[in-house]
Amino acid sequence: MSYARALRCRKCGQEYPLQPRSKCDFCLSPLEVTYDYQAMAGVVSRQKIESGLKSMWRYRDLLPTEEAEVDVGTGFTPLIKADNLGRELGLDRLYIKNDCLNPTYSFKDRPVSVAATKAREFGFDTLACASTGNLAASVAAHAAKAGMKAYVFVPSNVEQGKLVGIAIYNPVLVQVEGSYDDVNRLCSVVAQKYNWGFINVNLRPYYAEGSKTLGFEVAEQLGWRAPDCVIAPTASGLMFTRIWKGLDELAMLGLIEPINTHMFLAQAAGSAPIANAFAAGTLHVHPVKPDTIATSIAIGNPADGYYALQVARQSDGGACTVTDEETIAAMKLLAQTEGIFAEAVGGVVIGALKKMTAAGMLKKDDLTVAFITGAGPRTQEIVSDVVQPLTIKANMESLEEALGVIA
Amino acid sequence: MSRRQVMFTFPQELVTEPLIFDLGRQFNVVTSIRRADVSENKGWVVLELEGNEGDIEQGLAWISGKGVRVDPVDGDIVEG
Repeated sequence: MSYARALRCRKCGQEYPLQPRSKCDFCLSPLEVTYDYQAMAGVVSRQKIESGLKSMWRYRDLLPTEEAEVDVGTGFTPLIKADNLGRELGLDRLYIKNDCLNPTYSFKDRPVSVAATKAREFGFDTLACASTGNLAASVAAHAAKAGMKAYVFVPSNVEQGKLVGIAIYNPVLVQVEGSYDDVNRLCSVVAQKYNWGFINVNLRPYYAEGSKTLGFEVAEQLGWRAPDCVIAPTASGLMFTRIWKGLDELAMLGLIEPINTHMFLAQAAGSAPIANAFAAGTLHVHPVKPDTIATSIAIGNPADGYYALQVARQSDGGACTVTDEETIAAMKLLAQTEGIFAEAVGGVVIGALKKMTAAGMLKKDDLTVAFITGAGPRTQEIVSDVVQPLTIKANMESLEEALGVIA
Repeated sequence: MSRRQVMFTFPQELVTEPLIFDLGRQFNVVTSIRRADVSENKGWVVLELEGNEGDIEQGLAWISGKGVRVDPVDGDIVEG
């Protein structure tokens, strides 16, 4: 059973039954799932969680689902101590949560697993989403696993590598001609017209909850404690706020000590509406037109931007932007120190980590966790300049000449 | 009748213009403001529009042409 109690408006507090809906009828603000934490506290324990599945579903009691989950094997990804990168940056206690290692190679499997489970509970036979890659692949994979239909809408300029990673699961793949804004507008109308489980529209409150498991896992993997500092990439703001919510819930349930985690968000300089607002000291997140190689976080009008801003401010954290050049350099740094090939978003996170450490915002002794949320191979073209092989003839002489070995 | 929920962002030079009133009058669209923050040099308004689909489309094109940024209230639906 689930301890989810209602959907509640994050702005005005109006409550709604647990149904497929994303916005408050009154103020049109986003809704979130609320729980009966008292009842939940009576059943959850460290021991119960530790004896559960080695997946995100070990935290089932803290998620809003009732029935058997749609699971492709997501979660419980490694939290590694990044000594090499830490030495490079001047951080003694740096950890990396490597969420590239999910079944469809990004953290999106977490929220989609919850949203797909709820979609099936609500009686939908079709999942849908609009995406530039990772979300579409995850939705298509979960639909395949659940025996549901899937419609995924992608902009016409999505890279071939990403299209293959979506199409292999056999969804109805719709490539939309027009600008990014055109795709947004179309999908907004589509989501209203068709009775589909539209992952990040009418299922959005449930979808959001899946990302809490990032916070749960990190705390458990650290020996049931919250980090001193978190650095996470931010696009719509949803994941960033849910990492925080995950840590906060564990503290509320008495599973960890009260948290004092500083939350730092990382955005690409070419798509930084939330970081811009943080720097300007305003509460309103002004939309921007994205222009960055980090396409997975290229969201110009972030639905949860205001709330991500609040988390960064209230936690005494911060925000940092990273240029495309810095992103590529940081992707290489991560790969060449820790052996992790992340997508450009990972470069944004490590680039931000580097800049904030240099600026003294992160301290050497802080227990810092950087979230790497998607794998690199799908968009490997952006770092293709690393391929500079030694070309030799098939004999030892040629090899040793190329290696500069003196015979 | 159709409904559309949008956010208008006004640049400084348009803050004093009665554009929402004109939108309703010229395009026969009912405007229902739900949230807003307007100061002397900028402003945003979250509102619901109700009318014929074609009138709403024309009205949004008109107000965009005036220099107001129009965004879906859900934020960007296209994700990474």
